[in-house]
Amino acid sequence: MRTLEQTSRRRFLGLAGSAAVLGAIPIVTVRPAEATPAMLATAIRNVVGEAPVRTGKVKLDVPPLVENGNTVPMTVSVQNPMTANDYVKSIHVFNEKNPQPNVGNFYLGPHAGRAQISTRIRLADSQKIVAIARLSDESFWSTSVDVVVTLAACTEEVI
Amino acid sequence: MASALINVPKRAKRGEIIEIKTLMSHIMETGYRHTATGEVVPRDIITSFVCRYNGVEIFRADLFPAIAANPFITFFTVATESGKFDFEWIGDKGFAETAWASILVE
Amino acid sequence: MKSAPTIAVALLLIATDIAASPLSATEIPQAQRRSGYSFMTPDTQAIQDDDTANPGMLWVLDGEALWKSKVGAAGKACADCHDDARVSMRDVAAHYPAFDKTLGRPVNLEQRINLCRVRHQQATPLAYESRDLLALTAFVAQQSRGAAILTDADPQLEPFVARGRELFMQRQGQLNLGCTNCHDDNWDKRLAGSAITQGHPTGYPLYRLEWQSLGSLQRRLRSCISGIRAQTYDYGAPELVELELYLMSRARGMPMEAPAVRP
Repeated sequence: MRTLEQTSRRRFLGLAGSAAVLGAIPIVTVRPAEATPAMLATAIRNVVGEAPVRTGKVKLDVPPLVENGNTVPMTVSVQNPMTANDYVKSIHVFNEKNPQPNVGNFYLGPHAGRAQISTRIRLADSQKIVAIARLSDESFWSTSVDVVVTLAACTEEVI
Repeated sequence: MASALINVPKRAKRGEIIEIKTLMSHIMETGYRHTATGEVVPRDIITSFVCRYNGVEIFRADLFPAIAANPFITFFTVATESGKFDFEWIGDKGFAETAWASILVE
Repeated sequence: MKSAPTIAVALLLIATDIAASPLSATEIPQAQRRSGYSFMTPDTQAIQDDDTANPGMLWVLDGEALWKSKVGAAGKACADCHDDARVSMRDVAAHYPAFDKTLGRPVNLEQRINLCRVRHQQATPLAYESRDLLALTAFVAQQSRGAAILTDADPQLEPFVARGRELFMQRQGQLNLGCTNCHDDNWDKRLAGSAITQGHPTGYPLYRLEWQSLGSLQRRLRSCISGIRAQTYDYGAPELVELELYLMSRARGMPMEAPAVRP
């Protein structure tokens, strides 16, 4: 008898829980992410062309578990002397599952002193982020990071 | 009311690598959100950010909807001479904002 | 088996504890109170710590400009009466909500700003959660940074604090939850991926990553109340002000952090 009650209550709470998430109709809804690995590959090819992309030299600093996918701090740095003859021309950041594969392109030069940028990005879901650096010798270097994104516990009515 | 927060060291030694931090007020509406009635909320983002040091471009960024609201961008540059940093943000719907900061290089 | 005297002593200790302590059984002991800041990851804390990286400061800057602009039929700026906010508004927000004699009840900082606009600037009140009201509130609240919260010193506020406490304790909504069930009894556990904090309003108005905007405590309370599937109160409702007052009283002595950043 007691077991039955516990099961029903747990099931009710489970339903109530999902109702909590689905019940209120937010005024603004989020379209499910549509990016695919193919879009990511195309976006990378738009930058890199047919040149080979090697792994290394680039470091992507993103919290492995983000507190909120709306604002994720991200730092990209490239190991490079940044001299007139050997410097980072640009850094390109891509994502895997947002509606759109590009995150940002950042253009540097020898005067930068250090090849490092920070910003805050949006991540729609747990996914891979890719950063590609273009050096002055036209070589491309990349790294990628897997980030876990949890959704907020409660949906909100908009203001 | 657009506003920018800039963090540039007031003084630096010649040849020193300094970090510049910028924060600009902007909603960065992705263009992927919908209202309850199904209409798309149109995209409204900053698309480009430029920094010039005494007139010479030292940093540029292309921004996409994946950049969070109130874009925060930091980068580095070598302090070569005293003068002025000019910052410019350009975006959708004719958005164009500027800011500046001066530096004393000794 | 333990002797009766031991049990009696244990019971006596418990009884004395409750009788002697000014806290109720569910209230968080003073030594264990923690700001929402301490529940955040270092990355999010870093956003709050740097004034040039904290998006809430954008509203503070706007507020500083609004402080000096003349408005209303009286053509007065806040600065015309209150001069330099760094001096006149210092620690003020740590004492809000406060009692308003004319209305005979407590008002929060947003309402005080609007009362000033209506009574002294002869201007229309600013809408709740409007950019201008948030900016002015953020600017004033920031002048209390570091100040210890003290809102329940005024005896006139007693019945309202008590009412706020009732609202905090009462179970409500489809999920039949009271604020206390999570924020007194289950803080530091998790709700889905998010940490459950103790619910102290030390940082308001704050930049919430979920909103990607600065927002007031009332906005947060309304979100929470709708989150437990209960009917929310309207902005400015006396219940929300009483809840605010109780929350601030519950956080007495904790330092203000406005404008804070929260996930």
